[in-house]
Formats: sequence, structure tokens, C-alpha cells
Amino acid sequence: MESWKENRNVFWTFAAPGTFWLLAFFIIPLGFLFFMSFGEKAVIDGQVSITEIDISGTLSNYLRAFDPVFLKIIWKSIWVSALATALCLATAYPIAFGICFAPPKWKPLLLLLVILPFWINLLIRTYALIAVFRKQGYVNSVLGWVGLGPFDMLNNDFAVITGLVYVYMPFMVLPLYATIERLDRSFLEASLDLGASQFQTFMKVTVPLTMPGIISGIILVFIPCLGSFLTPDLLGGTDSQMIGNVIERQFKSANDWPFGAALSFLLMYATFGALALRWLFSRNSKGVDV
Amino acid sequence: MAAQLKPGQGPLDYGNRLWLKVLFAAIFFALYMPIITLVAFSFNTDKRGIVWRGFTLENYTKAWNNVSLQEALINSLVIALLATILATIIGTLVALLLWRFRFPMKGAYEGFMALPIVIPEICMGVALLMFFVNTGMMNAVVNLPWPLNLSNIVIAHVSFCFPFVAVVVRSRLVGFNRQLEEASKDLGASEWQTFWSIIVPYMKPGLIAGALLAFTLSLDDFVITFFTSGPETVTFPVKVYSLVRRGVSPEINAASTVLIVITVIATVIAMKLQAPEKSGKG
Repeated sequence: MESWKENRNVFWTFAAPGTFWLLAFFIIPLGFLFFMSFGEKAVIDGQVSITEIDISGTLSNYLRAFDPVFLKIIWKSIWVSALATALCLATAYPIAFGICFAPPKWKPLLLLLVILPFWINLLIRTYALIAVFRKQGYVNSVLGWVGLGPFDMLNNDFAVITGLVYVYMPFMVLPLYATIERLDRSFLEASLDLGASQFQTFMKVTVPLTMPGIISGIILVFIPCLGSFLTPDLLGGTDSQMIGNVIERQFKSANDWPFGAALSFLLMYATFGALALRWLFSRNSKGVDV
Repeated sequence: MAAQLKPGQGPLDYGNRLWLKVLFAAIFFALYMPIITLVAFSFNTDKRGIVWRGFTLENYTKAWNNVSLQEALINSLVIALLATILATIIGTLVALLLWRFRFPMKGAYEGFMALPIVIPEICMGVALLMFFVNTGMMNAVVNLPWPLNLSNIVIAHVSFCFPFVAVVVRSRLVGFNRQLEEASKDLGASEWQTFWSIIVPYMKPGLIAGALLAFTLSLDDFVITFFTSGPETVTFPVKVYSLVRRGVSPEINAASTVLIVITVIATVIAMKLQAPEKSGKG
């Protein structure tokens, strides 16, 4: 690697377009959002304006987020995301484990099969789930044959959590696969040789050694779940709203941009918090990074 | 250390355990069943799409003759194409920059480049919406003739695509043997000649993979487009969203199947291109 000073022209040719684009169409928009979060609707001639916004430096938008109504939604977003993440882990671990221990010629195909749904449009996958879970859907039809149902499986928290697990599971498999694949199998043999049962070996050897992958996966799934908007919007009911839906409403129908901006920044801070945690864990993970 | 058991024998041979196979089958079934039924029922004659009544292509002709759906698909493809070209150029330059140069604050620079990948989509969507409205770009663009009225969406798409291209191209560049570059320069090639005849051909698989990634990301994006598109500029996912809100119909299945086929083809090509590089590294 050479120093940038050795070849300034080439350096600036490489650096200029990306830096410009990131600044102009990413950092500056975020800056707008940041200032907006400290604004309030302007009062013109004694009337609250619909369109004009005064950047007055108020903290009221942030304080409003802690209003019980919104606090409830934030809390809901957190536990729904946490539960979805836990379920992702529970399904992804056996998948990742199975792929690692599958015959080598099968591995690429199995990995591709896990990742492929992730490439299919989020909206389409969510739509596919609606067809499965609606009142006249396949699950209810099957249940109908054995004399059960029909159940309302859409427009509730169950649907949102199922949708999130369905959509984000591949994110969990990849980091788990990466760590389990690198796991030194002689540790497992040693544990089994020394008399531990398969279960004990799993809990005391496999899980601790693959912890970096588990943590990475948890964070990779939790972040998009927390910020999800489409899944609760299409699968959830009126009471299964998440932060993303509240943000969307502030910008689309409620037209309260400063409040929406404040909520977006709270969501971003939560994301950065999660990423910082991941970084902390990866630093302490004895060199196995994911 | 204990001697390694060969795979295929012994207590570590989890791959052949029945319970794992059953679990595997169950999870893959759950993962694919909704998508497969979606595709299958796009060929169904039954209007309500519950029972299989017979094979037809009628849903496809209906979706194809739906003018607004057609417009949305063309918009999406044009946006994806333009965004891909821009994102590939910009992303490649960023990759080259990070690969070739040492410069102050490089760590922070890399962190900023990764931001569009990590921040929640909805935050990026509303930030761009506000930016376009406050700078007047939203209103300025609405009245322009056709492909130009999509420019805001293209700009937004480039913003979230190019960091991904940079990651893909950079991972390709890591395997580059720098002696080739030095040899080229020693033999009298200029910076520019070396770039075009040595580095670009080497990067090519990474470039194509990055471009295909950008293409699928752009084609698939709903959330950011939802916020940055005007009422006149509808993309395919945004159109499908408005249809889905009204309920399930075989026409949506047909439209979705088309999009699935496009993205799956692009993804498989991209993965094929990246595969040899990965095995070469290991």
C-alpha cells in the first residue's frame, strides 16, 4: 500500500466521486434529518403551519417519544424483535450446524438454498406469507381437513414475528456457519472421549466456542427487525405497530416531520449501540472474528 | 490433540443423524413452501387462488396488459440499470482507493462508507425524502420528461448500492498480485495503461458480481423508493405493495414470479462469478 502523497492525482481520482456521493446524498440528508429532529411546526400569524418548520432547538420531539403511547410501541418493537431474533437463532443454529457437518459436495448447494430466499424481494416473500396464513390460506385449509380452525393468523403479533423470522433467518445462518465451520472438531472429540454426553458437549464446548458467530447473528438480525416497517405494516394488525410504522406515519399521513426525524434518530442510536456491542464482543473473542 | 476422525464416521458424524435431516427438511420446507406455492399459483385458473384448478398463462397476460404494472416494471428496470452503472463506477473507485492507498483517518473513512449498509433502511429513506423536499429537488424533478423524473430515485439507489459494490470489488482486489502492477510499470506502461490492461481485467469478475448485486438491490428496493418516489413515479415493488394492500390475487403472483426469476438469475450468475475466487483464497 502506498501513501496518498506519492500519487496525489490518482488518489483524488479514486477518492472524489465516492466521497462526494456519500457526503451529498447520504451525510447531508442525515444532517437535515438531525436538525429537523430539533424543530417544531412554525407558528405563522398565530396559526400552526402545516408545511413550515422552525428549527428551534427544542427537545420536545425526543421527549414525546417517551410518552406512554409511543413508549409502548418502542417496547413492543424491542420485544417483538428480540423474540424474532431468538426464534431465528433456534432455527438457524441446526441449519448452520447441519451444513457444516454435511458431505462436502452438498455444502455449496445447501448454503445457496439458505441464501437464495434472501435475494427474493422482501415484499414478495411477505406477500407469499399472507397467502399462506390468511383465513382461506393453505395452513387453514390443512387444519380444516382435520377439523380445526379456521384461525385468524394474520394481523396480529404472531404474524409479525413469523414474518420477521421468515425474512431474516438467512442473516443468522451465515455468521453461524462461518464460526461452526472453523470450529476445531478435536475439541468436540476430546469432550466426548472424556465422557461428556452429546448434549453436554454441545452446551459446554460447541456453544461457547461459536459464541462470536451467535452474537454476530443476533445483532445482524436484531437491527433490521427493530427497524422493520414492511412486515408489521402488511402482516400486523392495528396493535402490532412497530417504530418503523410510526416513523412512516409521521412522514406520509400524520405529517409531523420533526417527530418522525427524532424517532429515526432514536432508532439509529439503538442501531449504533448494537453495532458497538458487536465490536466489543468481537474484540474479546480470541481472534475469531466474523 | 486427538487424531482427526474422517467425516462420515464416528460420533461427530452429525450429517447422517436422522433428527437433523428431519429438522433440515422441515425448515427448508417452511422456507420454500410459501415461495413455491406463490409461483405455482401464478399458473392457476382459480381466481381466488386456493385450490388448483388447472394450468393457465392468463394471469401473465393480464399482468402484462396492466398498463400501470407495465410502466412500473419499465421504471424499475431503467432505475436499476442507471443506478447500477453509477454505483459500479463509484463503488469500484472507492474499492481501488481503499485497496491502494494509505491516508489519514482511513479507518473513519471506511466506517462512513459502511454507514449506508448498516443504518436502518427507513432512516435512510426519510433522510433522503427530507433532503429532496428541502433542496427543492422533489418538485424540480416531478415536472421533467420521463426518464429524468426518476433521477431522485436513481440518486437514492446509488447511495445505498455503491458501498456494497465497493465491498465486493475490494474483496476481489485483495487477491491481486501487486508484482504484476510493478512489472507493468517497469516495462514502461503508464499508470493509465496499467490500470486498463492489468487491474481492470483482474477486477472483472468482482465488477460483474458487484454490478449484479447493485442491480438486484435496486430492483428489489421498496422502503427507500417508497419514501423518495413522487406520486407519478411508481416502481414495480411500490406498485406491488399497493396491490398487496388490496388483497391476494393471481395477477400479483404472476408479476412477483417475473421479478423472482430476474433476481434469481442475476444472483446465481453473481455467485458463480465469485465462487472460484473464494476457493482460490482458501
